[in-house]
Amino acid sequence: MTAQLEIRGVSKSFGGVQAVSRVSFDVQQGEILSIIGPNGAGKTTLLNCISSVFHPETGAIVLDGRETTRLAPPRVAALGVARTFQNIALFRGMTVVDNLMLGRHIHMKNGVFRSMLYWGPGRREEVAHRQVVEDIIDFLEIEAIRKRPVGSLPYGLQKRVELGRALALHPKVLLLDEPMGGTNHEEKEDMARFILDVNDEWGTTIILIEHDMGVVMDISQRVIVLDLGAKIAEGTPAEVKATPQVIKAYLGTKATV
Amino acid sequence: MAFFFDLFVNGLMIGSMYALVALGFVLIYKATSVVNFAQGELVMFGGYIAAALLVLYKLPLAVALPVLLGSMIALGFIVERGVLRPMVGQNVISVVMVTVGLAQVFQGAAALLWGAQTKNIPLPIPLEPYVIWEIYLSPVNIAAAVVSGVFMVTFVWFFRKSRMGIAMRATANDQQAAMAVGINVRMVFALSWAIAGLAAALGGVLWGNLIGVDTQLALVGLKVFPAVILGGLDSVPGALVGGLIIGAVESVAAGYVDPYVGGGTKDFLPYVLMILALMVRPYGFFGREIIERV
Repeated sequence: MTAQLEIRGVSKSFGGVQAVSRVSFDVQQGEILSIIGPNGAGKTTLLNCISSVFHPETGAIVLDGRETTRLAPPRVAALGVARTFQNIALFRGMTVVDNLMLGRHIHMKNGVFRSMLYWGPGRREEVAHRQVVEDIIDFLEIEAIRKRPVGSLPYGLQKRVELGRALALHPKVLLLDEPMGGTNHEEKEDMARFILDVNDEWGTTIILIEHDMGVVMDISQRVIVLDLGAKIAEGTPAEVKATPQVIKAYLGTKATV
Repeated sequence: MAFFFDLFVNGLMIGSMYALVALGFVLIYKATSVVNFAQGELVMFGGYIAAALLVLYKLPLAVALPVLLGSMIALGFIVERGVLRPMVGQNVISVVMVTVGLAQVFQGAAALLWGAQTKNIPLPIPLEPYVIWEIYLSPVNIAAAVVSGVFMVTFVWFFRKSRMGIAMRATANDQQAAMAVGINVRMVFALSWAIAGLAAALGGVLWGNLIGVDTQLALVGLKVFPAVILGGLDSVPGALVGGLIIGAVESVAAGYVDPYVGGGTKDFLPYVLMILALMVRPYGFFGREIIERV
């Protein structure tokens, strides 16, 4: 079986700091893979390389047999890689619906003149995109806030809207950077449920960065562990938990998991 | 009272021409965070091209106008690609200095290509003013207001409804998020400059027709600063309102105060307003107030 996404010896440094060094792993279609590691381990940098926000100095990233290493971020998004951000990057002045509609941008074909017409093909396309967005709103249970400007929403809901916007791209691969960071217990459970449902219903491949070990161990099929930019372990949650380096680098500092 | 309204209405119409130029400025700032000190020079360049096409090559207006608009759109693209894009990520003052340098290059290039003496832009507009309720309306001002108005309505529609316009708004809102949903941010930057070029072309024709084309035409760009500071640097409606206010205020003030001081009110009052606005409301009437939580 060939992997959907291949990370081959990827390295990225900033000034003298080696943020990611020679990291390789494969991601299979339809799996939930978590990347864990202490702060500064290079998790977000790796995600930024996958979505082409940064281009790695060495190594390659291959999506469905096609190298994406040096493509511009919008091209990678159009190829089916959607993401959320650690610190939330939403169009804050716009409503929830508008944010999700922007997630449909890569699928829209209407040119300037066609969108001037209220009827005809332009209208049909608009309605179709609207339907996709409404389905996502239903799915994420955010009907009540659909017309609210995103900037005015509480943090946990913003995280949910950002997930919705990523889903609107209908991605093959979904990159989630700490989707539960800074949220309360109930919000964490909701988010975990949404992630599992997305994966289950649409078969979307999910790569997740998360600090909450309970969640990571519960929902991921495989776990990659980074420390100081290098991969130190890979395997099922149970395997990773038993690896001595992992316990030393990451889990060992806390009591038990 | 008729005297007041006369000044006020004609001032508003002049103001719509400030708004036109201000719109280009705001668009560039909003989408690309570049404070463009060469906006007035773009207007001047548009005026020079218009004068050259109409007077030097004697083209009819119907031919000259598309050529002018096309070349100014192209100029906008070229400036973004060639000069501003390599500056992405540099600090603000370097980028500002690049636009200041660009302004002088435009001045020099225009004088070099077409000479420094003042040229006229002949437009088929009657000189006789219309008189409505004792208010004298100059046809040139009316034409200017109509052209500016039509351009701005078209632009606002484009900005709010079209796919590319929405992509521009999204980019202005959050660049990182825009990239993540597949918006081509570089394309948006180039498009902002192209539209600013288009606005400058129209501004160049209108202002050039009103005050003549020479390098002094670029001073229109300086009046844009009070307009955008008043309205808010990153606000499209702000550009419109700011432009109208500056136009009306300078016209009314010049009408009442100039006879006592021998003229010149027009040239400094907008800047007094700008300084006051900066003290009271630095983000403008419509601008985004940036609150940093620390």
